[in-house]
Amino acid sequence: MTGLLEQPKTDSAPQLSLPMAQRQARLRPIETDGVPALLAERVTKRFVVGRKRKPVVAVNDVSLRIPRGEIYGILGANGSGKSTLIRLVSTLLTLDAGRVEVFGHDIEREEMAVKRVINRVSVDAAFFKKLSPHENLTYAARLYGMDAGQAKRDAIEILARLGIGEKRLSRPLEQMSRGMQQKVAIARALLTSPTLLLLDEPTTGLDPRSKLDVQAFIEELRDTHDATIVLTTHDLDEAERLCDRIAVINDGRVVVEDTPDALKAKVAAERGLAPTLESAFMTYTGKSLDDDLGDDDKDDDDE
Amino acid sequence: MTLMTRELRASYAFVERNFNLTKRYWGWEVAFLVYAVAGALAVSLIGKDQGSDRLLLTLVIGAVFWNYLSVVFSFIAETVAWERWEGTLEYTFMAPVRRYTQMVGSTLFAVAYGLVHTVVVLAVLALFFELDLSRANFATGAVFMVLGSFSFIGIGIMTAILPLMYVERGAQMTFVLQSVLLLISGVYYSVDILPGWMQVLSHFSPATYVLEGVRAGLIDGTGIGDLFGDVWPLLIMGTVFIPLGVWLFGRAERYAKRTGKLKRVG
Ligand SMILES: Nc1ncnc2c1ncn2[C@@H]1O[C@H](COP(=O)(O)OP(=O)(O)O)[C@@H](O)[C@H]1O
Ligand SMILES: [Mg+2]
Repeated sequence: MTGLLEQPKTDSAPQLSLPMAQRQARLRPIETDGVPALLAERVTKRFVVGRKRKPVVAVNDVSLRIPRGEIYGILGANGSGKSTLIRLVSTLLTLDAGRVEVFGHDIEREEMAVKRVINRVSVDAAFFKKLSPHENLTYAARLYGMDAGQAKRDAIEILARLGIGEKRLSRPLEQMSRGMQQKVAIARALLTSPTLLLLDEPTTGLDPRSKLDVQAFIEELRDTHDATIVLTTHDLDEAERLCDRIAVINDGRVVVEDTPDALKAKVAAERGLAPTLESAFMTYTGKSLDDDLGDDDKDDDDE
Repeated sequence: MTLMTRELRASYAFVERNFNLTKRYWGWEVAFLVYAVAGALAVSLIGKDQGSDRLLLTLVIGAVFWNYLSVVFSFIAETVAWERWEGTLEYTFMAPVRRYTQMVGSTLFAVAYGLVHTVVVLAVLALFFELDLSRANFATGAVFMVLGSFSFIGIGIMTAILPLMYVERGAQMTFVLQSVLLLISGVYYSVDILPGWMQVLSHFSPATYVLEGVRAGLIDGTGIGDLFGDVWPLLIMGTVFIPLGVWLFGRAERYAKRTGKLKRVG
């Protein structure tokens, strides 16, 4: 994983004084009033691991309010609780405390209604690897009650946009590169037209080219689809490029939440640091994004 | 779109997926068929060796129907293990699909697959031994097979829980259950020879009744009307085991979601 720290610094302060110029202008507005796409109130999740009696608090008293149409970034080191938060919203984990609503539907009481409007892409593109993308996507589409023929046409279109030609779609998935598999995973999620799309480190571990493709595609989605996107990432550039707002999460807690510009301005004004997301991250978490790997017991069963 | 179409489509998703997987692993399917045929032949040859036609038929039926039941059972039990292995479990569980729908789909395919398997094994054995089935009452055999399928689907669903709850060795644990069923159900011998406590257990295995019924039908030509003693336990088990299995599966799913057992990586 290449973090900002290892990269040559090209985005020094002068450029950052007009950061909005780097971002494309928004074509579709964020609906700040009305029912939020995602509402989390004081959400907590603990895991008891092995014989150790003390549970790990993976998500600790997290509250979020994400309006419809926003791309919301969750930035955190490995083991900070990003995936756990995404899984809680995806109904793959039960809440220990707190509550979550998706477009006003409580995820516990109205689980089916929530499941119909969400989808998720995770860091590993999990598929039946012997089956073709086409067979995998048909399976996924049918699970959501979609017509297989329509699903096939949509998949071809989405994948063409991501640079995967139609003739690749009938060969076993295991023959594809990881970058391509991840693109198929994105197609699988989009196929069901989710209004809340959960992207859990969608670009981690991808080659630079695929990474750019995926990022460009997320930008396109923002402008062309009626989807709210929650994006977890490890990558400061990505967060800055894509997200309307960012929450920095550390040891399961949201330590700060704001627009990328405001975060940068804040560290510059309050601490006199360079106005970068990197200094904001260091300031609020007390770590750099790269030195989290391998310390303590947090990453033992992760990637 | 009505709820019904949605659920049917979702059910079909599992049938089609399993069909595609079976097709993709066809080499393995052939090997598995060879394994099943060889196993059934080896056991049946004991009857030939003893020079008893009745023993031969008893063993052939035991081997063939045990094969059917274990194929159905393990197919259902392995669906979760398979998805865990591929890492797709989270995606299937995230989809807006009722567990009943998922089970119906997986089960329909398992039964169809088991039938194909059984027909092949039975055909090979019939040719090999030039079996005399002139007195056989095939209707009785078919009724017991259908009735027994329901119970085995229920047990299969209950067994599918193991890989859901035990990330590491859940799939292997299903084999243990399978061999216990083999032991107590009188597949290759009469349950009367078992010690008393095992005979008590044998009453709780649907396979016991299926095999008794099928043997009476195929060897002695007994009609279904005279076998009610073997029919009613299967009716009860079928109606109890499937809902019980789905209910238990739901409990296990909740447990897995509470303890974080669905995930593989990330
Ligand atoms: N299913 C699980 N079982 C046990 N512990 C888990 C599970 N999922 C996450 N954890 C623990 O919770 C913490 C947060 O993990 P995670 O949410 O995966 O972090 P991130 O996605 O930010 O890397 C880590 O300490 C991790 O080991
Ligand atoms: Mg993660």
